[in-house]
Amino acid sequence: MEAVPDGSVRDLRLAANDMRVDVVSMIARAGSGHPGGSLSCVDILAALYLGGVLRIDVDDPDWSERDLFFLSKGHAAPALYATLHRLGWIDDEDVASLRTLGGKLQGHPDSNACPGVEVCSGSLGQGLPIAVGAAWALKGKATEGRSSERSVYVLVGDGELQEGSNWEALMLGAHHRLDNLTLIVDQNRLELDTAVDSECTLGDLRQKLEAFGWCVFEVDGHDIEGLLGTLRSARRVRDTRPRAIISHTVKGKGVSFMEDNVSWHGGAPNSAQAEQALAELAAEREAMERGEGNE
Amino acid sequence: MSKRATREALGATLVELAQEGADIFAVDADLARATTLQVFGNAYPDRLLNVGIAEQDMMGAAAGIALTGGTVFTGSFAAFGTGRCYDQIRNTVCESHLNVKVCPTHAGITVGEDGATHQMLEDIGLMRGLPGVRVLVPADYHTACAAIRLAADVEGPVYIRFSRFATAEIYDETIKGSFPWATVLREGADVSLLACGVEVEQALQAADLLAAEGVSAEVIDIESVKPLDEDLICASVAKTGHVVTAEDHCVATGMGAAVAGLLAERCPTPMRFVGMRSFGTSASAEALLRHFGLDAEGIKAAVLDLLR
Repeated sequence: MEAVPDGSVRDLRLAANDMRVDVVSMIARAGSGHPGGSLSCVDILAALYLGGVLRIDVDDPDWSERDLFFLSKGHAAPALYATLHRLGWIDDEDVASLRTLGGKLQGHPDSNACPGVEVCSGSLGQGLPIAVGAAWALKGKATEGRSSERSVYVLVGDGELQEGSNWEALMLGAHHRLDNLTLIVDQNRLELDTAVDSECTLGDLRQKLEAFGWCVFEVDGHDIEGLLGTLRSARRVRDTRPRAIISHTVKGKGVSFMEDNVSWHGGAPNSAQAEQALAELAAEREAMERGEGNE
Repeated sequence: MSKRATREALGATLVELAQEGADIFAVDADLARATTLQVFGNAYPDRLLNVGIAEQDMMGAAAGIALTGGTVFTGSFAAFGTGRCYDQIRNTVCESHLNVKVCPTHAGITVGEDGATHQMLEDIGLMRGLPGVRVLVPADYHTACAAIRLAADVEGPVYIRFSRFATAEIYDETIKGSFPWATVLREGADVSLLACGVEVEQALQAADLLAAEGVSAEVIDIESVKPLDEDLICASVAKTGHVVTAEDHCVATGMGAAVAGLLAERCPTPMRFVGMRSFGTSASAEALLRHFGLDAEGIKAAVLDLLR
């Protein structure tokens, strides 16, 4: 893992806190949404987009040489929107319009409506096959000398890995040695009804991914410094295999009553709950600003 | 007259398009030899991605390739390359309006001996219900070539339904397509006979049989089921006052149902539907067309029933 300057880590933690405030506020205002799986992947998205991992042009969401990021777990759209908000690709008014008629922020990401969204998602198990196709094409184009630096990232939920289409894509990505592709698994261990392990366990996910021919990393998905180091290592490691990062997370992370609670997969906090959640996030921010960190 | 299957147009036309400079890719699921996409792969090995027996992955990968630029054609058989990955076609390709051309072969009962699992009879219905996708059902080799060129020319998803069954050449290599696409192949006064795909040849034969009985049938090839050439269809129907549709597809959701929807709104007209009302079964294509009433005799019987 590579060293990351302290200052940027602190800034990213503060940004992640802002993003959680966005997630809670926008879902509360909308009256529906998926807070649990949004909050579990906030730190991953903060590290990717704001930590300099993804090659993007902040001034141009459509920059032709950008890395591609696919949010396969589309129900975590509020976390992606909070990220795009930090980048300035959507504004306060957009954030206030989540799940409303004519808004850019559809309940699940809509590439026709929202800048920075590469493809519509929400039907689970589709992001990884898309990412494999994109990575295959970019590698081919690199061979043809047309483009060379672009990488592809896809974020899936662990429950989503129950969809068989992922395992088709895992085989294909390894077969074509797509070393320009990184799969990030937001392993919060819960799905809609219950725990992943009690419904249809993934078993030893690391072993499975390795057996499928992927170069596997594991990281605490709420440790910004660890995430940055792992994402950068995964990008730079000399290995012909596609990369997979199992990111151990807590569903609902940052809001005490939502954490590890399956009933917060879907649903909106009422005003009292939203107030409590925002107070907790404000306290976390205050502690960070005092230099206590958030660990 | 020589006979060729529409599927033979697929690989060959993609080679031509690539030679002309188009940024073409193809994805198949272990059926590239049968779909003829391998012909393209032989000419451009780095532009054909064969994903193995994994249709969801085929459609997802096609979407991913399209997102990097270029025009992507998918293969497989209609039973799998449409049905197995309908979710990917709907939620990824169509909703995101990607430049993916869904081009499965082996549609309909004319697949023949392989039987019901392989005889896709619902794909036109699945596709025409989706917003933003255009649906082409070529009747012969030359219109299949033109359909592929038309699909490559327009931005966004297009569905082209190809057959394994060899059909007569109705057009020549000069044919060009545009949306909406329908062609009056034979003018008539008593009934409008609307057919698509392999049924166009049968409809033309039925028109001969009907002429012998004193019935004048106008035969129209419905090349684009979506969009329908509404004005052409309505003009014909206004003249004849009777409509029979014929397709190698279920009648519940196919071209005939689309035409019925149009006519119900614009000019309600008595109709009969020639098509499938059950799963298929194993037999030769010719035997199946006869057995299910999709051959020229069956179409003739439907017309006479309507005019009675």
